[in-house]
Amino acid sequence: MNIVVCIKYVPDWEAPASQFRIEDSRLVPAPGIAYRISDTDDEAIEAALQLKEKHGGRVTAISLGPASARDGLKHALAMGCDQAVLLDDPAFEDSDAAGTAAVLAAAIRKLGDVDLILTGRQAADWDQGQVHAGIAEFLGLPAVIPARHIEWTGSEFIVHRIYEEGYEEIAVKPPCVVACSNEIAEPRYPTLRGIMAASRAQIPVWTAADLGIDPGRVGRAGRRTRVLRLYAPQVEAKCEFIEGENPEEIAAKLVQRLREEKLL
Amino acid sequence: MTAEARGIVAIIEPADGPAGALTAEVLGVARRLGNDLNEPVTAVVLGETVAEVGPLWEFGADKVIRVVHPLLAEFNLDAALGALEPLIRRENPNVVLMAHTFQGRALGPALAFRLQTGVATDCVDLRPGAGGGSLVLTRSILGGNFRAEVVIDTRPQIVTLRPKAFPPAEPTPGRTGTVEEFRPEPDPVRVRQEVRRRIQEAAAEGVRLEDARIVVAGGRGLGGPENWHLVEELASALGAAVGASRAVTDAGWVPTSLQIGLTGKTISPDLYIAVGISGAVQHMAGVSAAKTIVAINKDPDATIFRYARFGVVGDAKQILPALTREIKKALGKA
Repeated sequence: MNIVVCIKYVPDWEAPASQFRIEDSRLVPAPGIAYRISDTDDEAIEAALQLKEKHGGRVTAISLGPASARDGLKHALAMGCDQAVLLDDPAFEDSDAAGTAAVLAAAIRKLGDVDLILTGRQAADWDQGQVHAGIAEFLGLPAVIPARHIEWTGSEFIVHRIYEEGYEEIAVKPPCVVACSNEIAEPRYPTLRGIMAASRAQIPVWTAADLGIDPGRVGRAGRRTRVLRLYAPQVEAKCEFIEGENPEEIAAKLVQRLREEKLL
Repeated sequence: MTAEARGIVAIIEPADGPAGALTAEVLGVARRLGNDLNEPVTAVVLGETVAEVGPLWEFGADKVIRVVHPLLAEFNLDAALGALEPLIRRENPNVVLMAHTFQGRALGPALAFRLQTGVATDCVDLRPGAGGGSLVLTRSILGGNFRAEVVIDTRPQIVTLRPKAFPPAEPTPGRTGTVEEFRPEPDPVRVRQEVRRRIQEAAAEGVRLEDARIVVAGGRGLGGPENWHLVEELASALGAAVGASRAVTDAGWVPTSLQIGLTGKTISPDLYIAVGISGAVQHMAGVSAAKTIVAINKDPDATIFRYARFGVVGDAKQILPALTREIKKALGKA
């Protein structure tokens, strides 16, 4: 089974807001902030590796530049992916979800012979949850989002898709796109051997020309959406702390305050 | 699609029903936009599950289109796309709105790519652009630490709306409109996925988390799943629904359907009691509509206290049993 995992390498989304500043409607992370494979993309890698371990095949990790995304791909290789490709070209800069999906779809087409394409459910920086849908539509494939379990029966994938009340069992034939939720798998830590091998691995770079992409369809030129303004919402702290000698006293005071506020 | 795109389409969530809270929110936004832009509002209902259209008119729809096809009995992304693509092309609307539910998360982006247009997901605010231009859409990014105002330059502008972020429409009793049926012929070849069964994990009885007036939620600060009963006992004393942070649903203490936050449920209770939850922005994204937050946490510097109205610094294992007893006493259940 040949699986492509699309990953995004992003600044630590759990860093405090003070670690970012806004410049020309762009979010600029502080120098030295850690970069990580986006939340749920690492779970997607793990899901791919587990399928491969069960059914054989090849796992390829791909990421849209910049060049620093190479470190994210090295991590994917260290976890156990068989190969990685960096998609980087000045023409890709400033792509929105449509441009990003167009580049990833072109790369997947170039890789060829793919049974399953995995992504995270939404990137931890922009929280959009669009790219999986774009890849599916550009390639004419079915998509399932968000998945918390995936298995291969020999003829089809059974994907557990989360909905409000539980999950649905969805049967879908390959090739297909599945956007993974965090429940799908616990990402493994790379082994020392994996890290050594990854550090020696060659990661090819594919450009717009390599992918046969019209530069007018991607990057700034290909945007369907524009960012007008970024700002930090203000939170006004107004917490009233309830204190007491023991839990009983605290509980009694809290209940009294809630009753005064007519919340009970 | 071209510049003459006109009209606001609201896609109704079948599970929510014609008079449901999400329907009221989405039609509320649609109606206000319709008034501001002087454009008609069309409610689109997938499948035949919604029999009654009266409430849709009363919430502000001028026209209701029922999309009828056997494959639409329950949500199937491929079938929904196959049905909606020709309908939206025919209607050629300016804006397509839907709730950012698990249906909307799948459908919004997919429909946008099918129609070769742009989409803004999980919007928390919107307003008409200057001079009738593109809508200005507010999204939360980096989990909620920042907000972005974005515009969509293509048509239709597809927008998924965060539940509970917009005021619901006030029904106008007796308001009527038109209704029609649309019978698509989705290409069966393109329906490549099949929903085999649905497994309901959320408690079938009791209050739904999304609708609950009081919610008690637990996080990692409880120490372990063996202490979860403390959350349930407090909730039961209050008649509240139980929720959880992602840390504990990930750890498998409780089912995913209890998860509150950016990738889980959005709630809007009058009272939210967060126990052992640190208050990461990704969690707070799901509770921003809560009216009053009570936080119980060992760590006096926990972020949750920035959002809380009342705070208790202490060990949940000691505070919760005392609080449950005190509440039973207060509510005459002791």
